[in-house]
Amino acid sequence: MSALTLAVRDSSTMVRRNLLHVRRYPSMTLNLLLTPVMLLLLFVYVFGDVMSAGIGGSADRSAYIAYVVPGLLLMTVGGTTIGTAVSVAMDMTEGIIARFRTMAIHRGSVLVGHVVGSVLQCVMSVVLVGAVGVAIGFRSSDASVLEWLAAFGLLTGFALALTWIAVGMGLVSPNAEAASNNAMPLIFLPLISSTFVPVDAMPGWFQPIAEYQPFTPAIETLRGLLLGTEIGHNGWLALAWCLGLAVLGYRWSKAAYDRK
Amino acid sequence: MPSSVMHTSTDGHPSPAAVSTIGLRKSYGDKVVLDGIDLRIPAGSVFALLGPNGAGKTTTVQILSTLITADDGQAQVAGHDVATSPDGVRAAIGVTGQFSAVDGLITGEENMLLMADLHHLPKAEGRRVTAELLERFDLTEAAKKPASTYSGGMKRRLDIAMTLVGSPRIIFLDEPTTGLDPRSRHNMWGIIRELVAGGVTVFLTTQYLEEADELADRIAVLNDGKIAAEGTADELKRLIPGGHIRLRFTDPTAYQSAASALTEASRDDEALALRIPSDGSQRELRSVLDWLEAADIEADELTVHTPDLDDVFFALTGDTDQPKGAVR
Repeated sequence: MSALTLAVRDSSTMVRRNLLHVRRYPSMTLNLLLTPVMLLLLFVYVFGDVMSAGIGGSADRSAYIAYVVPGLLLMTVGGTTIGTAVSVAMDMTEGIIARFRTMAIHRGSVLVGHVVGSVLQCVMSVVLVGAVGVAIGFRSSDASVLEWLAAFGLLTGFALALTWIAVGMGLVSPNAEAASNNAMPLIFLPLISSTFVPVDAMPGWFQPIAEYQPFTPAIETLRGLLLGTEIGHNGWLALAWCLGLAVLGYRWSKAAYDRK
Repeated sequence: MPSSVMHTSTDGHPSPAAVSTIGLRKSYGDKVVLDGIDLRIPAGSVFALLGPNGAGKTTTVQILSTLITADDGQAQVAGHDVATSPDGVRAAIGVTGQFSAVDGLITGEENMLLMADLHHLPKAEGRRVTAELLERFDLTEAAKKPASTYSGGMKRRLDIAMTLVGSPRIIFLDEPTTGLDPRSRHNMWGIIRELVAGGVTVFLTTQYLEEADELADRIAVLNDGKIAAEGTADELKRLIPGGHIRLRFTDPTAYQSAASALTEASRDDEALALRIPSDGSQRELRSVLDWLEAADIEADELTVHTPDLDDVFFALTGDTDQPKGAVR
């Protein structure tokens, strides 16, 4: 068996293992899904009228639904990857990892299993949160098939990048609690992005932080693709963040895993 | 002396070594864990590495099973160098570590099928092997339950069953019975004997002399990162003066007459007890009994003390009057 077929075969075995974990313990996934769904309902039905007026829309909430859904989809990705950090940390405390290391299997397959499993989980979660959004009235403004594909690609790429970072966080955390704390930025960053309010409505000193952190460019790009707003330099920024975080997270994870 | 029984017998027909090491060393910071370990384990035999906690047993297993690398020295397992050809080693070995190496989130059966997939067995073959091993290790009933719900003994059995999926030629068992209740321990001994009957080489570590004695062809005593002695169980036991027969009396007169008759016995006047050195064998016990009968001595209590690991250590390191706590 060639090195590549071995890698693919072992990795897909590990992906199946991770998906089995998700299927056996759905409570954690649901728990992480609850945050974006609750925030969506809270901001639309409780704060919706004020928020809508705040972004210069009419007094009904529909404008705000359109505004907030893209951000919450990316927040869903962030939240899901916290679960990845926790499950990687938990996995590393188990003796089964030592067993894998003494077997003639592709070395990276354990991590690939976590990463692919996590990205698939992100996609499923995004679809679920997106469905809730559509159910309460979110509609794209005539996005073309290409734009839908690009939106899907962006969400998947962002999920992949954050997942590698989360895997690194999980690997350097001694236990599940520490991993959950270390991964907090993944759910905290979307709160200080343009998810809920436009960056230019924030205090001046804070604007550069909000504008250039990874979530805002991705959110603005997604808005542009689905709602036809101006993307500008945000597209390139989002792409750069995705690539940068993926490469950084991959290298960090690999080094941390080899050190163990 | 520590090295007096090293490499005692080579019977002229050395079988190929399943495991061999020369001068294996490992330190963590200032702490020297292994300080030059030489081993040669013939294929198809059972080898026990005996030692207390912290002696370096687990470190040795970790190096030989490619989990960690040695600082110095050479090690070959199944003809492959652990440093230069770790995958060759991995393909030939099975490892059951001290801490359960099962995936607790999935069922016992799923754990087995996972191993089958990772050994690249065809689907049908994987299912057959899984069913067979679950049956053999009495886990069929629990097969559909998550492994985290298993008892300690069941987890250990699942662990070994998983190790056997790839039909390894050499099996490392790191303290396979530590933490098990007596019944599970005896079950585990039975399992290990079966493995040996199947022709595999077993490298096992243990804290218990009794266990090494029960299972191993050869035993090496590891103390402070060095092999203090190596040999068969009998060879090691000859080094140990700790075995004795203890006679206790309630009547001081009977004690006195027995003590004067048994000159080789050491006396404990306060407890009215005599200690006669003995290897604990039936033959020796019978001769002592015959002798007592002939001399018309009747003790109120007779106990046989067999040497334990402490005795081995005191004997091998020469620190006979050290308190137990002083030996790591």
